[in-house]
Amino acid sequence: MLIRLTGGKVYDPASGVDGKQQDIYIQNGKIIDKPIGDFQIDKEYDLKGKVVMSGAIDMHTHIGGGKGNIARTLLPEDHRNDPVASTHICRSGCGHAAPSTFITGYRYAEMGYTAGFEPAVLPINARQAHMEMGDIPILDKGGYVLMGSDDYLLRMLTAKKDQKAINDYVAWTMQAAKAIGVKVVNPGGINAFKFNQRKLDLDEQNSHYGVTPRDILQVLATAVKQIGVSHPLHVHGCNLGVPGNMQTTLDTIQGIGGLPMHLTHIQFHSYGTEGDFKFSSGAAQIAEAVNKNKNITIDVGQILFGQTVTASGDNMRQHANHKHASPAKWVTMDIECDAGCGVVPFKYKDQNFVNALQWAIGLETFLLVDDPWRIFLTTDHPNGAPFTSYPHLIRLLMDRTFRNDVLSTIHPEAQKMTTLASIEREYTLQEIAIMTRAGAAKLIGLQNRGGLSAENWADITVYTDDVDRQKMFEKPDYVFKDGELVVVDGKVVHTKWGTTHVVKPDFDKSIEKDLRTYFDKYLTMKLDNFKISDDEITEDGRGSITVHDLNVAA
Amino acid sequence: MSEITEVPSPFCGIGTDDLTIKVDGLKISVIENGCAVNTPAFEQEITDTKPRINGKEVELSEAVSHAASLLKNTNFPVIGGCATDVNGMRGLLALADRTGAVVDNANFNNARKNILALQDVGWMNTTLAEIKNRCDVLLIVGADLEGFAPRFFEKYLWNEAMFLKNTSDRDIIYLGTKPSGNASTSPSGKTAQVFECATENLPEVVTVLRALVKGQPIQAENVAGISITDLQVIAEKLKAAKYGVVTWAAGALAYSHAELTVQTISEMVKDLNQTTRCSGFPLGGKEGDQTANQVCGWTTGYAARVSFAKGYPEYDPFLFETNALLDNGEADALVWVNAFNAKANPPKTSLPTIVVARSGMTFEKEPDVFIPIGTPAIDHVGHAYRLDNVVAIRLKKLRDSGLPSTAEVLNAIEKVLREESVC
Repeated sequence: MLIRLTGGKVYDPASGVDGKQQDIYIQNGKIIDKPIGDFQIDKEYDLKGKVVMSGAIDMHTHIGGGKGNIARTLLPEDHRNDPVASTHICRSGCGHAAPSTFITGYRYAEMGYTAGFEPAVLPINARQAHMEMGDIPILDKGGYVLMGSDDYLLRMLTAKKDQKAINDYVAWTMQAAKAIGVKVVNPGGINAFKFNQRKLDLDEQNSHYGVTPRDILQVLATAVKQIGVSHPLHVHGCNLGVPGNMQTTLDTIQGIGGLPMHLTHIQFHSYGTEGDFKFSSGAAQIAEAVNKNKNITIDVGQILFGQTVTASGDNMRQHANHKHASPAKWVTMDIECDAGCGVVPFKYKDQNFVNALQWAIGLETFLLVDDPWRIFLTTDHPNGAPFTSYPHLIRLLMDRTFRNDVLSTIHPEAQKMTTLASIEREYTLQEIAIMTRAGAAKLIGLQNRGGLSAENWADITVYTDDVDRQKMFEKPDYVFKDGELVVVDGKVVHTKWGTTHVVKPDFDKSIEKDLRTYFDKYLTMKLDNFKISDDEITEDGRGSITVHDLNVAA
Repeated sequence: MSEITEVPSPFCGIGTDDLTIKVDGLKISVIENGCAVNTPAFEQEITDTKPRINGKEVELSEAVSHAASLLKNTNFPVIGGCATDVNGMRGLLALADRTGAVVDNANFNNARKNILALQDVGWMNTTLAEIKNRCDVLLIVGADLEGFAPRFFEKYLWNEAMFLKNTSDRDIIYLGTKPSGNASTSPSGKTAQVFECATENLPEVVTVLRALVKGQPIQAENVAGISITDLQVIAEKLKAAKYGVVTWAAGALAYSHAELTVQTISEMVKDLNQTTRCSGFPLGGKEGDQTANQVCGWTTGYAARVSFAKGYPEYDPFLFETNALLDNGEADALVWVNAFNAKANPPKTSLPTIVVARSGMTFEKEPDVFIPIGTPAIDHVGHAYRLDNVVAIRLKKLRDSGLPSTAEVLNAIEKVLREESVC
């Protein structure tokens, strides 16, 4: 079947197309060049006056894995406010802060998103992450495997194993967990918490291993680069949420010595200690450092006001923040000599000074970082806000008047502590398309996604241009996934299953000898039972695996 | 005949995966690392292979159609048992969504004690490998740990550990119930300390222990037969521990409002973490109960006592209990699913009953439809959750029995209903 999308205004930063009227042809799920000679169009969509972008990609969203399911179980009262009934097309479920898997897929698609990446896949919990993502319809998905607090790596560092050995272990773990990236959360801090350390600065030693977060970042960022993984080491830094952590973040940027590094939800790591409340914005300094250091990419982790739940691997910091839990209940776990997790419900309030300033810090960051190819639109779903708030966030970025109107309603002391009112920048449609499409696909290393030129899979979103950008982005006219029409007028009309994106970096098979001994002696699962096989993802007939190329020097 | 090693078990809850199993045709023998829980569960023989309608053997497709026809015009069917693997639960939830059914795991009244405490205050918990390598003081509240999992001590306590020089030095303390055997005696001969009390007195004993941990003055000299001095010793050990663990089995806390005991334990663990590390560790996870709660959790937002009657999932940990709905006349059909345990019979009812269960189940009253299914980890591959909630184990297929999986049967019934609703 040949489909033509006719006459839309196309925003395709991957091909440098910025709002040009052009037709798009789709065949067998993919975008093709205009066929030569005579051809018959089987289905045509008249998109004159419409805005056309590729399907959006959320490069950091907690949509699969144990901590999310703990968050769900913890919060029946939140689900009760947003029940979702089944239809003849869609399954039932719940929405809001910790939505059920099916509703996650539908609501992302209904906003024009066609892919989401779970950033904190614990190796031992990777099966669950993939099984949950396997129940998310429509979206493509993938995960970044969490390392850096696992005892095996820390033992390697203490034993002064060389970088080659660490590269093999990282590559082995990525294959075992079916990952497309590597993440580190509070480097070594989750491990240090098990030894009763309550904080761990960049140069502070783990009391048992003598290893510092700086050491861990260095070897992991190097490993990721050397084994050829496109996505740079994905870093949730030290000292999340601590006033003054801006300095730690600046030191982290300097310390990585030019290696590719992605700093995630940087808003939570951009705090100074100035002012009457000893809490201030570090966004300007952070943005300056990001602008200067081209090896650095960031996503923001914007907070938006209202009830949500924070779910993180960083149980050290989550435990430290548990007194802010609202409602007052929370969970932490230590997990399998591998990592941990912490789940703390949170209600961000615009009349709370700290929350109000967090909101402003996130927006300052968006507006002060120059290069939209190196900054990504996230709320760290659900930690800063549920992903369903993205259209509102896009309006805040694209509409200065609206932004300043909201600014004028937040805690007055926070208004005094932010430069937001004076920032004139308004994001363009092309910049939004970069942050949420082309840039995200490039950052993750997705081939044939995030663009609208021939060879790309036909993940396409069509919007009606509207000065109210929130209205525009919350209700696309059409969404196509792999060439199939899945959403019309902001409602799912058809469902399908997306693929799971992975990379398969090589490693020296002989490393399994030592790993097997370690598993037998200290862990609770046999090595061969730990590794996830491809058929675990594909055997139910719905899932598939897409393996992406590595950046291996020829 | 073949021998399969490193076989994982969904039966014991602790995810044992070092079994060696001999397969001779359909006959299974556990030849290494078996235990009183796993060996009989693996070795149980296949009896029925054919589905039945009203006791008469039929083809699977016929049984599926008849099951669908029984469910077609129901208003409030109940799907009970819910003891199966991840794919089985996926199929079960799709069928429930289609029919507006209640989904209720057979062990939910026990799991509820933990879930209510979780939903009220939360907790700080840990997993097996952390216990294996870090735990220096283990307090067992009201449970017979070796009765629960015969190999628990051997595998997770008397092992070589990364952070303990000599695991034989671990302190094992029983509060409430005494152990049924000697598994808790360390290889070097160190015995567990046992402070017995009646199970129904655990609420006050645990409350006093928490008060002592917090340094509150206690006027009494003993509580439920245990001296305050002894409880003070336990409190001091937990406070001095580097990585204490407090474990309980919700099923063994057999008194009303036991969730308050779980809550007190969880709050005590949080108190201890103000100065040192300590974790809770709920025992459970046998025969798919953790699996049911996990899959229902991500599919609906709620643990596995959910009604789809209104078109969307509604959670009520009390109202949607299978037996209550059958007894009070609200339910109008029963689907009973148990892929693990042929002895876990459906509750007695005069309602139309469809049983999708492990081959070998015998009935006092023959159900309208009985479909014998394969067992995950024996007859087909699958996934099941361990008791510690985080770890899903990959189940192997050991033999070719030809029995369908839970998912195949429930998906087929759902498909018939879906196609009829479209026509």
